[in-house]
Amino acid sequence: MTINKTILAAVAGVALLSAPVLAQDASSSAVPAASEASASAASSQEVATAAADQQEPIVKQHWSFAGPFGTFDQNQLQRGFQVFKEVCSNCHSARLLAFRNLSEPGGPHFSEAQVKALAATYQIDDPDAEGGKRPGLPSDHWPSPFPTEKDARDANGGALPPDMSVLAKARGVEDKFPDWLFNYFTTYAEGGPDYIHALLNAYADPPAGFTLPDGKYYNKVFAGHAIGMPPPLSDGQVQYAAAADGSTVPLTVDQYSKDVAAYLMWMAEPHLDANKAAGFRVLTFLILFAVLMYLVKNRVWRKVEH
Amino acid sequence: MSAHGSKYTPTNPVAKWFEDRLPLIGFTKSTIIDYPTPKNLNYWWTFGGILAFMLGTQIVTGIVLAMHYTPNAQLAFDSVEAIKRDVNGGRLIQAVHATGASMFFFAVYVHIFRGLYFGSYKAPREVLWILGVIIYLLMMATAFMGYVLPWGQMSFWAAAVITNIFGAIPVIGDPILQLLRGGFAVDNPTLNRFFGLHYLLPFIIAAVVVLHIWALHVPGNNNPIGVDVKSERDTVPFHPFYTAKDFFGVLVFCIPFAWLAFFAPDILGHPDNYIQANPLVTPPHIVPEWYFLPFYAILRAIDFNFVLDSKLLGVIFFAGSILVLFFVPWLDTSKVRSGTFRPVFKWFYWLFVINFLLLMWYGAQEPAKVVLGPFTVADVSKLSVVYYFAYFLVVLPLLGRFEKPRPLPNSISEAVLKTPRAVSGADPAIPAAH
Repeated sequence: MTINKTILAAVAGVALLSAPVLAQDASSSAVPAASEASASAASSQEVATAAADQQEPIVKQHWSFAGPFGTFDQNQLQRGFQVFKEVCSNCHSARLLAFRNLSEPGGPHFSEAQVKALAATYQIDDPDAEGGKRPGLPSDHWPSPFPTEKDARDANGGALPPDMSVLAKARGVEDKFPDWLFNYFTTYAEGGPDYIHALLNAYADPPAGFTLPDGKYYNKVFAGHAIGMPPPLSDGQVQYAAAADGSTVPLTVDQYSKDVAAYLMWMAEPHLDANKAAGFRVLTFLILFAVLMYLVKNRVWRKVEH
Repeated sequence: MSAHGSKYTPTNPVAKWFEDRLPLIGFTKSTIIDYPTPKNLNYWWTFGGILAFMLGTQIVTGIVLAMHYTPNAQLAFDSVEAIKRDVNGGRLIQAVHATGASMFFFAVYVHIFRGLYFGSYKAPREVLWILGVIIYLLMMATAFMGYVLPWGQMSFWAAAVITNIFGAIPVIGDPILQLLRGGFAVDNPTLNRFFGLHYLLPFIIAAVVVLHIWALHVPGNNNPIGVDVKSERDTVPFHPFYTAKDFFGVLVFCIPFAWLAFFAPDILGHPDNYIQANPLVTPPHIVPEWYFLPFYAILRAIDFNFVLDSKLLGVIFFAGSILVLFFVPWLDTSKVRSGTFRPVFKWFYWLFVINFLLLMWYGAQEPAKVVLGPFTVADVSKLSVVYYFAYFLVVLPLLGRFEKPRPLPNSISEAVLKTPRAVSGADPAIPAAH
């Protein structure tokens, strides 16, 4: 039996260590499809070359929603929404976001009246309405800035601004061994926000010898470094109102990008708070139940030599 | 279902009337209550129960998901998002189903490797083993088709790459390819048929599981020492002994399962799958889910022509790596079941486990990645492929001839009484249960 126990421990160790390892490797090429924002649908050849380039290492940020006990910071989400609304949404769509989501708990949690007023400021396409348009309702989805993909490309130098609904989960950070191993224990799922924050702060002048195609911008984090999106943020660009307790945050690109990355994470995972809270309760229950079941099992077996 | 007769005689007249016409209660009682089970099964054996639990979990969550899912290339991606966003508890149901697939495969690998170590495939359990391999094959097909359903970039390109494998088969390859895809390329018809089959296959799996359990109950369980049950002293009734132990096993298994499902539901997935499928954009690095990586590595390792074209050769090795499992009962010539008593086998076995994990790692890497000195993943993975097949085709057949096994205990009870715990823990005041 001792031998078996040893084997059990060994295999469990190997198996537990390896399964996530390999899975992480599978997801390690978290570099976004470069073609998405490039002028034309890039061939896989181009993508491969781009991905092979050295990327600037991404500095992970502290996020309030990280870890098993993480929750979104409501003030940060409201600020992030403001950046999204005033800056991002001029070019990016977010077709899965409904106005009503903005008043739901676990999100920016605006009041229903605020959301109703906000929705009404948008004109929604509706063939049944007079003139084909009507003011928005909380049940409407976020209107897209361009009617078709072609319009979006034409307005953006041929590049397609990706839909932002789940963008924060469609991006990631590549960790080297053994760092990614720990991600399974820290439940690191903030690769998307980390990438977005890093990207928004990685605009720079191209290094000598780098030929930047026309209409492209140099970005240290973006795969291939030539991004179609002009630097979207600048210091002081978005005027935040003070929070309810009067506190303010600096009006910097770093702050804006953190706020909008957090907001995008909420938009991609709107029930994150509720899920994590439920997870804590479920795990507590499972652990207690397992302990009790272990005692039951031992009691059942106490008279049997095995 | 079981070879051992029912000892059930109903006292209630209604129950007796029913039992005379359909002995369902007696059958159930003899199958899951009285079923004599070796008393020395370790925790590796709880994975059978865990797998049954996982199949149930996947079917229940899957049926609920199917109620909300739309199998249409234009709508599938958004419908999965709608499940996560707007269906009550939808994020959790989807997360349990998606991470459940990984947990299911983790459990099945433990179960298969347990069988390989303890010789559970040897006579008289060959059919039991073969049914298990069939279940594993069905699981692979089901998981692959399920992965396609969210219709993200990785879903789409996995479907394109994997169906393409069938195209390498001579003569019938192309018709099979078109039949699988429902056309010349992966598109809406592919998604539709994959959804239909993804819904069907779990029930076929359930049916084969019934046969698997039937084939288990005829010879009875193997056990860690691999010595047959000699008398009733060697066994305990399944209930309450193994129901309690298996239930405990399931609960412990649920802890990492819940950890992933609640706290990191996407950690096992790929960010690219949150980009809607786009036939015009190839992801920079197409990789299957972790549980297919060893076989993907085998497929890719064959990148040279040898008599046959490398593509066909790769497919032959890929298929062979799983089909070889069907022949393990006859390839292993050792009369001793349990690896515990096979000193040389153990080394080869653990090397095989490490080799399998290496293949898994290779499967996730770019073939051109340099591993050691001048050698790339493409080079070293060939070595692993050689050992994978050599283990089954050379090591197992030859070991039985040349290995000198350690002496076996006479019976399960004897082996149990020899363990240190039994000696020190024996309380003379409590008489043995049997």
